[in-house]
Amino acid sequence: MELTGAQAVLECLKKEGVHTIFGYPGGAILPFYDALYHEKEIKHILVRHEQGAAHAADGFARATGQVGVCVATSGPGATNLVTGIATAYMDSIPIVAITGQAATAFLGRDSFQEADITGITIPITKHNYLIKKAEDLPRIFKEAFHIARTGRPGPVLIDIPKDVQINKLNFKYPEKVNIPSYKPNYEGHPKQISAAAKAIQSSKRPLIYAGGGVIASGASKELTEFAIKCNIPVTTTLLGKGCFPETHELSLGMLGMHGTVYANYSIQECDLLIAIGARFDDRVTGHIEKFAPKAKHIHIDIDPAEIGKNVKIDIPIVGDVKTVLCQLIEKAATKDDHRPWLEQIVEWKKKYPLSYKNDNGIKPEFVVEQIYEATKGEAIITTEVGQNQMWAAMFYKYTKPRTFISSGGLGTMGYGFPAAIGAQVGCPDKIVFDIAGDGSILMNIQEMVTAVANKLPVKIAVLNNSYLGMVRQWQELIYGKRYSQVSLETNPDLVKVAEAFGAAGITVTKPEEVRAAIEQSLTIKDRPTLIDFRVAKEENVYPFVPPGQALNEMLID
Amino acid sequence: MKHTISIIVENKPGVLARVAGLFARRGFNIESLAVGTTEVESVSRMTVVASGDDSVLEQITKQLYKLIDVIKVFDIPGEQAIERELALIKVACTKENRPEIMQIVDIFRGRIIDVSEGAVTIEMTGDEAKVEGIEKLLKKFGIKELVRTGKIALQRGVNE
Repeated sequence: MELTGAQAVLECLKKEGVHTIFGYPGGAILPFYDALYHEKEIKHILVRHEQGAAHAADGFARATGQVGVCVATSGPGATNLVTGIATAYMDSIPIVAITGQAATAFLGRDSFQEADITGITIPITKHNYLIKKAEDLPRIFKEAFHIARTGRPGPVLIDIPKDVQINKLNFKYPEKVNIPSYKPNYEGHPKQISAAAKAIQSSKRPLIYAGGGVIASGASKELTEFAIKCNIPVTTTLLGKGCFPETHELSLGMLGMHGTVYANYSIQECDLLIAIGARFDDRVTGHIEKFAPKAKHIHIDIDPAEIGKNVKIDIPIVGDVKTVLCQLIEKAATKDDHRPWLEQIVEWKKKYPLSYKNDNGIKPEFVVEQIYEATKGEAIITTEVGQNQMWAAMFYKYTKPRTFISSGGLGTMGYGFPAAIGAQVGCPDKIVFDIAGDGSILMNIQEMVTAVANKLPVKIAVLNNSYLGMVRQWQELIYGKRYSQVSLETNPDLVKVAEAFGAAGITVTKPEEVRAAIEQSLTIKDRPTLIDFRVAKEENVYPFVPPGQALNEMLID
Repeated sequence: MKHTISIIVENKPGVLARVAGLFARRGFNIESLAVGTTEVESVSRMTVVASGDDSVLEQITKQLYKLIDVIKVFDIPGEQAIERELALIKVACTKENRPEIMQIVDIFRGRIIDVSEGAVTIEMTGDEAKVEGIEKLLKKFGIKELVRTGKIALQRGVNE
């Protein structure tokens, strides 16, 4: 079949099962958009800034488990994707970014809208390609999708010069991928599995520390089965939220800087820590030398480079989390000789529950709890970054994977709203809530057009405290209350902004109006709704482990 | 501690940038780097000398393996390595001291490959100690220019 490069790109996407892409046209990607003009099977969502396209593709990927695809033109279009690609890279999210590029004859001459995007994105992609010949297109797309979704997932960028999009090729999509230097290991070494099973058997205070890798691997069911079989409590990272039901008695919620007291105490006291698809990030460990000081470490991860990167591991198991957990479930015996440990944890839970004082106006924690109740815990929650993110993580109970979507590694403000758009496009029957702050929502507010134009009923709950809240909190607690450049009093009326875009807007100033506003937003199904919750201004996120401290050295209130 | 790391990579454009960038990004210091083709046409071999303790070496190796174009990475321990580098050294010389320079070159089994009115250029092949040794002895004559290739290395014996 003879096709132009641009037509071939569309065929490749279809072969990979892609039915939705997010993008923004421009000069060097014109041939692709021309081919798209006649396309029936692939839906293109027109964003209003390329960063929105990358985050939407990422949100789509996190909500559905499929590869997200975004498209941009060369130069500034491509560089606008960079933050979104870096966000996906840090959280191991499979996206494929397609960029137009100046024609091959113009490359390296500082041509109009030329940017070396493959050079720029080397450190933030799993791999990237600059296609020099149209006939390489099918192989490269096949490889790109394979690399993005297998092993430890991640973003892949494909840069396509304009002439490559125009040139003809004889299209044949390869059936198989052949990359001799890329062969991820899926199965855990049997010896290591046995060693782990033995360690579990002899431990008195075991603890599971589960991360985003559990969700990436689709192993929530196996994790739950394993934890219940061996009766081991589970704490998760921010990205691990939903991989184990937080309503279960073995759940300890999140650990780390804003972890629950009982999760952090458990880390410091456990004698066996089983890290599963997690990477000992500094926001999780606090002072690294003082992290889990009494524990033997088992680490299950598909990326060998994660093992021993930050913490010394006693029993490493390189492999796919799901496969390894299946092996482990088979090998490990049921366990019931650690009652005192479980009782100790119950005591901590009773003594130090997650809490807040529900006084003085609308408390942001209260808003999140109300969203949880109104949506019966069934919504997909996306977050921005900062206090809103932590409250969304702490006061909504996640019971299913792919329902909590947040930029953990890079910590990208402005992520949550376009990610919510991607999630809503991928899961049209779900309620999608972006829990936002008044700082971050303005960072990609232009995507309100995208949501309105596509009739997406995304809800945006702005926890509006007229501050850049988390920075203010650090300034209060660590910088002697010197509030430098964190007041957002001059922000516009967000409801008017929403209405100007054609979205619905609700202002909430009293606690008793909170629930009604949420319920009202749930009835609006043909456009986005922004709820401007005017919350208590100087509320802090607690517990808080100040940077450089051990996990048990936390401020509780 | 110094390590000599061999990196077998796909012979594709941009691979050097990926490898060099990784070293810089992760804070691994490169002391020397030599790149060239191998017995297999589609494959290149990079020889990197880098310093760090064993855990640094382990992390470098694992991170390199994550690059899609990297096929194999191995550390060549000092006692098993056959190492060579090449230096070209241009030394100022006069009629009077030329014999002394030639004598030094002879002792080191180097070669003089260019002679002009005020200078000779010497080709010196050997391990690091040898190249540095001749450089030290030639210093007093005035070294005008010096260039080194960076170390290349193979493991002794037949590889399994």
